[in-house]
Amino acid sequence: MENVAEEQKSLREIKTRGEFLERFLKLSLGFWALFAGFLFPILAGLILLYEARLAIEKFGFIHFLTHTNWDPVQEDFGAATMVFGTVISTILSMLIAAPVAIGIAIFITELSPKWFKPIVSTAVELLAAIPSIIYGLWGFFILVPVMATKVEPWLQDKLGDVPLIGKLFQGTPTGVDVLTTSLVLSIMIIPFMASVVRDAFNMVPPIMKESAYGLGATKWEVIRHVVIPYTASGIAGGLILSAGRALGETMAVTFLAGNNPQIPTSLLDSFTTITVALANQFTEADTDIYLSALYYVGLLLYLVSFAMLGIAKFMVLRLEKRWKV
Amino acid sequence: MIETQTTLKTHMEVKNLNFYYGSHQALKNINMPIYDRKVTALIGPSGCGKTTLLRCLNRMHDLYPNNRYEGEILLDGESIFNMDVIDLRSRVGMVFQKPTPFPMSIFDNVAFGLKLKGIKGTELKDRVEKALKDAALWDEVKDRLKDSAFSLSGGQQQRLCIARAIAVEPEVLLFDEPTSALDPISTAKIEELIVELKKRITIVIVTHNMQQAARISDYTGFMYLGELIEFNPTEKIFTKPDKKLTEDYVTGRFG
Amino acid sequence: MSRKTRRKLFSNFMLFLSFLTAVYGIFWLFWILGCLFVNGFKYLRPELIYLDPTPPGEEGGGLRPAFVGHFIITSLATIIGVPIGIMAGVYFAEYGRNSKFFMTIRQITDIMVSTPSILMGAVVYAMLVKPVGHFNGFSGAVALALLMLPVIAITTDEMLKLVPKEMREAAYALGAYKWQVIKDVVMRAAKVGILTGVILSVARIAGETAPLLFTSFNNNVLTFDLRDPMASLTVTVFNYVMGPYNYWHQQAWAAAFILTMGVLLLSILAKVLLHRNLLEPLFYIVRSITGKKGG
Repeated sequence: MENVAEEQKSLREIKTRGEFLERFLKLSLGFWALFAGFLFPILAGLILLYEARLAIEKFGFIHFLTHTNWDPVQEDFGAATMVFGTVISTILSMLIAAPVAIGIAIFITELSPKWFKPIVSTAVELLAAIPSIIYGLWGFFILVPVMATKVEPWLQDKLGDVPLIGKLFQGTPTGVDVLTTSLVLSIMIIPFMASVVRDAFNMVPPIMKESAYGLGATKWEVIRHVVIPYTASGIAGGLILSAGRALGETMAVTFLAGNNPQIPTSLLDSFTTITVALANQFTEADTDIYLSALYYVGLLLYLVSFAMLGIAKFMVLRLEKRWKV
Repeated sequence: MIETQTTLKTHMEVKNLNFYYGSHQALKNINMPIYDRKVTALIGPSGCGKTTLLRCLNRMHDLYPNNRYEGEILLDGESIFNMDVIDLRSRVGMVFQKPTPFPMSIFDNVAFGLKLKGIKGTELKDRVEKALKDAALWDEVKDRLKDSAFSLSGGQQQRLCIARAIAVEPEVLLFDEPTSALDPISTAKIEELIVELKKRITIVIVTHNMQQAARISDYTGFMYLGELIEFNPTEKIFTKPDKKLTEDYVTGRFG
Repeated sequence: MSRKTRRKLFSNFMLFLSFLTAVYGIFWLFWILGCLFVNGFKYLRPELIYLDPTPPGEEGGGLRPAFVGHFIITSLATIIGVPIGIMAGVYFAEYGRNSKFFMTIRQITDIMVSTPSILMGAVVYAMLVKPVGHFNGFSGAVALALLMLPVIAITTDEMLKLVPKEMREAAYALGAYKWQVIKDVVMRAAKVGILTGVILSVARIAGETAPLLFTSFNNNVLTFDLRDPMASLTVTVFNYVMGPYNYWHQQAWAAAFILTMGVLLLSILAKVLLHRNLLEPLFYIVRSITGKKGG
């Protein structure tokens, strides 16, 4: 009898403890989930906003965005050069990376012989794993001299006299310019883009492809008319997602852009981006308004990349939903 | 063989039960007794609500939102909806369609529910051994209790899940098509086991296999479109059912 | 040439182009890693690890503060970031699945994975550097932890999603509390997957520079005090590459080589872990539940 009483007592204890842990766990886990996806993103935005308040008051929005002068001595700050630099290097790197990434995705999903697939996949994964500072180091010491002495003079020679396009290749080839930056940036985003596109391709039900093959379509026709159209929103999402990443890339760009606050008119001009300005000037900012102006560009970067990533996410999700049904 | 009504004790009772998935009504006004230490089978075409009904009996539907019960289910005369759900589930166990071993050793799988109740040491060992013996699995696994449960075959895994369920000594055990993923030999073993278990446990089994219901159950409920069409002793259901629909179904003239 | 032949030729041509893109990717990888190997080996000296830096311009010395600092900052970031990330991920998978609000939050967390890392530095600067008045190692670790948090949360969620709901139900059917189901069954089943995610995110933050530039900053002197500025390999490489001295450049190559090898080894370890039979149980369950129905 004593045993039974004791057993019931211990059962009761287990229950009280169980119910307590149940509530405690749910609350603490929930807090961190809320923190990760709600509190922290908002807190980060508010901090950037708060730190940027001086510059926002002084320079407004439109003026700050369109003004090209960035002069710490006169305390006159406009972000146009960096914003333009960020946009142009992102667009150019996307133009280079997109066809390559889609090509790699096609190769991995549809084409590669079995033994070669892991080699390509691993290579792409390793490219993604290399820290961005390594891209910067390598770009600065190895690629820049090659660009300055070989590639860029050659491009000038071949394309310099072509009307319109020729204009893009004016200036002294230094290697530290828009072209080199965009090229390295494109190499950095290829792996990421390729993996998103590959995942999208893998979502196409085999029966879809098989029925096209059954009609006598060639491999390329199946890719062109079945795989790509059906994954269009996933591919677009993947591209925007990569663009969102390129926007925020810092270290490689810092070595290669030249940190020159001007609007580049040629691919061979040095320039600057939001991240370059932050990396180079943040610790040098000796006045409140200087630091505040840097936080202001940071805030712009935060909002733009958040919006782009959000749109991309939405597009990728739409594709996933379509195939779930 | 059917005993006379007088010696039967009602263990669970379903009264005017309606069940909704969101706005979709999946069960319509179910009334049914579940007799103590008998095997009750639920049969019917797929989508008829038999699994839904089974999962009401240990409130498995509570795990997902927007599910709603109406009506009453009694266990020993007490409403299961007033009970603590943890208590209810340790009294009403469940075995699933596919084997669901946990990612741990064979021993730990069976010990899982016992440890939840705070059972330790030699008692734990003894009860694991007893459960494995009761599930007719002991001889096959006694030398490799430390091995991963995934190393067992499908039929052994299902018997392991039964051992796990009976280790906590439930009063009622719910089987949701327990043999649908198994080969005929494993199926036969599980059926023998169920017949053996009913000596001390009340059993409810959902099956899509009418022969199985006929072989092992004492009572059978035939369900169709969320309604319980007929509930009777199994012998009667399969020989001279009250309803035309039941007759059509058990004789294969359905639909 | 018949139409069919033309179509076939065109198809093969396009497929050849896609083959070339793969070659293009591999080409850059080999070029970068090749340079890193050649220069890294050339300038690798044992002193690099155990000597402190010499005053600027004076040849010799090593990067001991950077190695030690890098290790401290990365470890602390892992200690802070991993548990928080796993907790958030578990909530998304086990509690938030049916809530629209939390599923939106999960998507935002996924977006945070790709937020520019330099902004983490700027945010943490405002929180932990400005109020204190000087750069400190702790703030660097916090910046990296914040970077790591969404990555871990999302991978944990993805891994837990792979655990079939039948396994959870079976545990509930034995009268387990939710926390017991999570701790003893779900987390166990997803253990290796989560570990892989953790290793990958450690590899990621170990290579980060931008968030450290204005948090932990740099230090020529060895320190274990988290209140002091603390050197890291990445920031040191950045400064040395930008600097004027040749021997700095050489040390930067060597440090970059070690850093990259570390990061790549971690990535490969994660991959091996994921593909070895360790995950077999999980795959088995997924197969047995989604697979064909017998009987």
